[in-house]
Amino acid sequence: MAEVVYDHASRIYTPGAKPAVNQLSLDIEDGEFVVFVGPSGCGKSTALRMLAGLEEIDAGAIRIGGKNMVGVPSRDRDIAMVFQNYALYPNKTVGENMDFPLKMRGMSKEERDKKVRAAGEVLGLTEFLDRKPRALSGGQRQRVAMGRAIVREPQVFLMDEPLSNLDAKMRVGTRAEIAALQTRLGVTTIYVTHDQVEAMTMGNRVAVLKLGELQQFATPAELYDSPKNAFVAGFIGSPAMNLYTVPMADEGARVGGQVIKLTAAQRAAISAAGITTVTIGIRPEQWSANSTNGSEQGIAAEITVVEELGSDAFIYGNLATDPSESIVVRTSGRSGARIGDKISLHTISDELHLFHPETGERL
Amino acid sequence: MSTSTTTPAGPSAAATDSEPRPRKSSTGHVILAIVSWVVGIVFFFPVLWMVLTAFKQEADAYTSPPKLFFAPTLDQFKEVLSAGAAPALLNSLFATVVSTILVLLLAIPAAFAVSLRPVAKTRDVLFFFISTKMLPVVAAIVPIYVVVNEIHAVDNIWTLVVLYTAMNLPIAVWMMRSFFLEVPGALLEAASIDGASIGRTMREVVLPVVSPGIAATALICVIFAWNEFFIAVNLTAAQAGTVPVFLVGFITSEGLYFAKLCAAATLAALPVVIAGWVAQNKLVQGLSFGAVK
Repeated sequence: MAEVVYDHASRIYTPGAKPAVNQLSLDIEDGEFVVFVGPSGCGKSTALRMLAGLEEIDAGAIRIGGKNMVGVPSRDRDIAMVFQNYALYPNKTVGENMDFPLKMRGMSKEERDKKVRAAGEVLGLTEFLDRKPRALSGGQRQRVAMGRAIVREPQVFLMDEPLSNLDAKMRVGTRAEIAALQTRLGVTTIYVTHDQVEAMTMGNRVAVLKLGELQQFATPAELYDSPKNAFVAGFIGSPAMNLYTVPMADEGARVGGQVIKLTAAQRAAISAAGITTVTIGIRPEQWSANSTNGSEQGIAAEITVVEELGSDAFIYGNLATDPSESIVVRTSGRSGARIGDKISLHTISDELHLFHPETGERL
Repeated sequence: MSTSTTTPAGPSAAATDSEPRPRKSSTGHVILAIVSWVVGIVFFFPVLWMVLTAFKQEADAYTSPPKLFFAPTLDQFKEVLSAGAAPALLNSLFATVVSTILVLLLAIPAAFAVSLRPVAKTRDVLFFFISTKMLPVVAAIVPIYVVVNEIHAVDNIWTLVVLYTAMNLPIAVWMMRSFFLEVPGALLEAASIDGASIGRTMREVVLPVVSPGIAATALICVIFAWNEFFIAVNLTAAQAGTVPVFLVGFITSEGLYFAKLCAAATLAALPVVIAGWVAQNKLVQGLSFGAVK
């Protein structure tokens, strides 16, 4: 167990081009579960592979337990990794797969057997120890890959989208299992995913990356409540936050022909930035929607899609004043909204998010 | 020879092919079946004739149409063996086995390097390997003969071993490379994170996965080395003569003794058929990467 430090770590594939990972700096505490999340090509996997020793660290440093890992081969880093496609050894049985990292470290046969059996029990694989990976289901293979990682009690676990090959239901179950296992073992874990739900539910802290740059490194709640920029705001949360770049009025921001009132502090921040337009972010649950009867004062919109999820529903639509601007609203599960209905919207929260229209930084 | 190794795969491949298709008219199926049987028999018939004739007396071998029912005899095989087939068979066996082992020992690391650790000039290296096969052997035989003669290695079985190794090496590197390319990179990465050195990764992870490829490559090398005639006939004499050379010598010295010739040819064909049969399981099994898909 150890803390992991990314210290301005960069990966540059072609000199002169934009680095795949640019000056990444993170302090990951001992025993912490950290998730790297971001869209495809954001460098999250590259950042993980740099820690694993599968990619060079071209600039900066990565330290595990205070030891600089630049130039240290993977096998000397005392880490274990779960791969997206599991990378089980097809010719070895489940037991031999889990045994392999122990054997490579010259542990005695007795001790190895004990550890493999123990890991098999933890993961419910006892009856499969003599089977070959190809005779297992996807979920079982995933657990073997987990077993191969935990059996060695490494300093750091690395997981590269380990759930992406499972079906939706299995993914939810395994997600909880991995989080519970990590809490129990207390091993520092770095987990890469493109799925922001996994990031929000599993991580103690989440690092959001985009185009090789760290956007924000914070707890899930902090990411949701005070995203540092418009990208994080739009990426975290499902459905995504409504973001509009709109002109300012006296009292607030002008959206869909109406003025959304802003607090004095928010207005002060906007005038301090010296801007006349602002990017305003409103979460789907920060709207209240009423069906229109002609006398409504809210922002007018027309419904294009209704997603009934049972417990609640998401209403998608377009603003009446500008049909190219879409909205998404969370309502109760029995809202009775229909496609084509006209609705009027009010914001029901003061915690609206404001971003600089050009830099995207939070105001 | 190649017909006998591919025959086992034929019917099963046809069966899996026909299943998912919508049912055609049964007359169409019958016609197709007849055509494929006819083609199969046309190709197989000369081999059958050779094997049958090998068990006949010389007198029976000449009848036309050939007799299908006769009293089989091993006389021809005995005569062939007493005429010096045994040393030729041993020479062929030695040259084939040793050269194939050498080829695998050299080609596997080479292919591993060019497929999994490619560098800037890897493509050029691969082209160089295959370009050595472009020169006709006829064009190379004179300089080879001169060199071999200079070092007093004519009619030495080790000469053939070296030349067969050189002859098969490019093909083996190319074949093994295509098998190595099928190995998922994540397997190597997993092994390195699990603490395995390159050597152990190779032994414990990569080679078991590509073992069907090794079997296929070895079989190809065995077939090419066993059947090689041109180099052998030019560089060997009484001492190091291989089976193909012996067969040819047999024709000229014995004239038109068909039964004997067929017995000798059957003996020559047998080892390759056996090698194919042994490797068949591995070949059919193919590369299975169930663990990573």
